[in-house]
Amino acid sequence: MLHHIRLIGAIALDGVGSLGRMGIYFSHMLRGIIRPPGKFWPVVKQVEFVGAKSVFVIGFTALTTGMVLALQGHYTLSKFGSESLLGAAVALSLIRELGPVLTGLMVTGRAGSAMCAEIGIMRIDEQIDALECMAIDPHAYLIAPKLIAALIALPLLTAYCDVVGIFGGYLVGVGLFGINPGVYMDSVQRSVEWQDVYMGIVKSLSFAILMIWICTYKGYYTGVDEGNFGPEQVSHATTKAVVLSSICILLCDYVVTSIMT
Amino acid sequence: MADSCMIDIRGLDSYYGDRQVLFNIRFGIPRNQITVIMGMSGCGKTTLLRHLIGLKRSPPGQLIVDEEDLGTFDEVKMNGFRRRIGVMFQSGALFNSMTVGENIAVPLKVHTRLSKSTIRIIATIKLHQVGLSEFIDYMPSQLSGGMQKRAGLARSLAMDPEILFVDEPSSGLDPITAAGLDNLILELKDTFGMTIIVVTHELESAFHIADQMIVLDEGRLLSAGAPQDIQASRDVRVVQFLKRQADQKQEDNEAYVKRLVGDRSKRMQ
Repeated sequence: MLHHIRLIGAIALDGVGSLGRMGIYFSHMLRGIIRPPGKFWPVVKQVEFVGAKSVFVIGFTALTTGMVLALQGHYTLSKFGSESLLGAAVALSLIRELGPVLTGLMVTGRAGSAMCAEIGIMRIDEQIDALECMAIDPHAYLIAPKLIAALIALPLLTAYCDVVGIFGGYLVGVGLFGINPGVYMDSVQRSVEWQDVYMGIVKSLSFAILMIWICTYKGYYTGVDEGNFGPEQVSHATTKAVVLSSICILLCDYVVTSIMT
Repeated sequence: MADSCMIDIRGLDSYYGDRQVLFNIRFGIPRNQITVIMGMSGCGKTTLLRHLIGLKRSPPGQLIVDEEDLGTFDEVKMNGFRRRIGVMFQSGALFNSMTVGENIAVPLKVHTRLSKSTIRIIATIKLHQVGLSEFIDYMPSQLSGGMQKRAGLARSLAMDPEILFVDEPSSGLDPITAAGLDNLILELKDTFGMTIIVVTHELESAFHIADQMIVLDEGRLLSAGAPQDIQASRDVRVVQFLKRQADQKQEDNEAYVKRLVGDRSKRMQ
């Protein structure tokens, strides 16, 4: 009985300790934005990695999502004789919800996992120790450019996702179901308001911060708790980073939606 | 000891959680000389090195560098200390996404306002010191293990440190390359008057370069002094270490059989 109580206590203490360490890491990450070294070219490089190289996967996801939304939307709306509102249904679903969430999840899976693995390998290879011994803050040198780049790239990718998704819906709605193109685009224009777009932007910025925070944190502390610095620890860290980031993105999505609706 | 002592370790204890790994370590590292820290695997050499370079926090009063207590340093003072040191890690710890020249340029770009061309000249000079000047535009993955170590050494020299820490310079190297690295370390001391601390368990290398040696065993200081004093030591563990004699296992046969039988009887229940 005592053993179980001790176990629960140990787990609770570990959990609180980890949360505290994540909080300190978050503050160091933010502080790194204003500390040297200069960040212009590292940020440009990271924007290319996080943003430009995600264009194909986001475009593909958005197109197929828009097409599926139109298929399902037409089926539902036809029960009420409201097929003319298909454009609005697709656009609002994408701009308010699916655009930011799918972009966040896809970029986490692609770029977040790569960042975690990169930083994890640097940890096990003593490269982060080398930075500290050169009096260079690893948070300012490694992490802050990634955060700034994600804050630039994710809203842009989300907007791109929304546009491509609406186009995907157009292909199905107009091309397949024969809805008038003017009716489709008119319903999009009439239904979408600034607060819908604003919600999408707030979500994409929140997801960017969560993704970078969690993925780089897991990479930074790879093997530290186990005291074992090997490839297996990198793989564990990467898996945990993607899973935890995805869960937090979905939770954050609910919170932001409930606050802004 | 105090006047010529660059680093003074005064009863250093170190822990990983509840497990103590260093016990009351006391010795001084003299200025402008090569000090070799030796010992078996797991004796605490790397932990001691991490304390000396500030990667592991030292308790106040236990680690004095140039009459300043490293244990009381805040972030600013610690960064000031780290700008005076260079560290060569065991595997080189080169940044894989950069060329060798870009690796050496990292501290120069961050801490100085030198132009790109000047930085490249300095990087070339540092690589020339370690015999790698023609590899300035190579990626680390294109270099052999020995060359990566030398490139790591060149990076540690980029800011002309007063104190150089070298972690296992000869491990994994062939005898010729290891000898070359040893000679390079000696040259650095003779030419630049650097204080150099080398962590190694390679005896030949240690005796070739050391002005002073420290032998650790299970977290404790076993012996310290000039190489000839270490060689002449009559301490059983020092002699065993120098003569590369394996531990004699004295296992109780009965206890061993009970362990085996005990396991089998648990499985049969």
